[in-house]
Amino acid sequence: MLLEYFQMIDVIEALDPDNGKIVTRADVPMESPVFEGHFPGSPLVPGVLLIETMAQASGFMLLPRLKFERMPFLANVSSAKMRSFVEPGAVLQVEAQLEHDGSGFAATRAQILCQGKKVCDSKLMFRTMPFPNETLKENMLDRFSQISRLSAV
Amino acid sequence: MATTFEAVAEIIADTSDIPLEEITPEKNAFTDLGIDSLDFLDIAFAIDKHFGIKIPLEQWTEELNENNASIDEYFVLSNLCDRIDEIIAVKDA
Repeated sequence: MLLEYFQMIDVIEALDPDNGKIVTRADVPMESPVFEGHFPGSPLVPGVLLIETMAQASGFMLLPRLKFERMPFLANVSSAKMRSFVEPGAVLQVEAQLEHDGSGFAATRAQILCQGKKVCDSKLMFRTMPFPNETLKENMLDRFSQISRLSAV
Repeated sequence: MATTFEAVAEIIADTSDIPLEEITPEKNAFTDLGIDSLDFLDIAFAIDKHFGIKIPLEQWTEELNENNASIDEYFVLSNLCDRIDEIIAVKDA
């Protein structure tokens, strides 16, 4: 994870876009500028960044499902629960499951586990829209390729 | 068994905090009930799940944006329910 660059997912461990499932890993760094403010003397990953992490895992499931022709943009977060603190150095398993593939939108359920224990979960909804430009599309393809162990096999 | 309208009205009331008695067939979801496009995503999601369908929201939006349809054709609730019934009929055919 590079928290300050919103680069949350490090590895796609398992991906089944047809059935709408993904399992990813996110390694929380020991140091980050984010921890300087959140919180001084007691560094914790902000809850909003855990939501972003779940959204990105969902996105990396949706992108290949959408054949990289459309971009999922987070539109709605509901029933988000932050169940325990996430500290520097934590290794997170981030999972997402497609709940509904609608017309121009998609809904997922996502959760983050640390050492087998659920630390947060949420329902997420995305608008799925054509990429606004080629730069974003290329960046998404590059990032997906970098973190996808599957593509390297 | 609830009619399509009754089911849709309940969904709108649940997702948008609009009193059920204000939701009547002649009302337009956007211009009369004040539902916005983001709230309508929740409604579309709930309608899709309730009826086991996929309402073609994108196609409808495109038609509206290109002035090939009026907002009332799809979003006056009686018309919306007619569209839902048509989609269900095609699915069940």
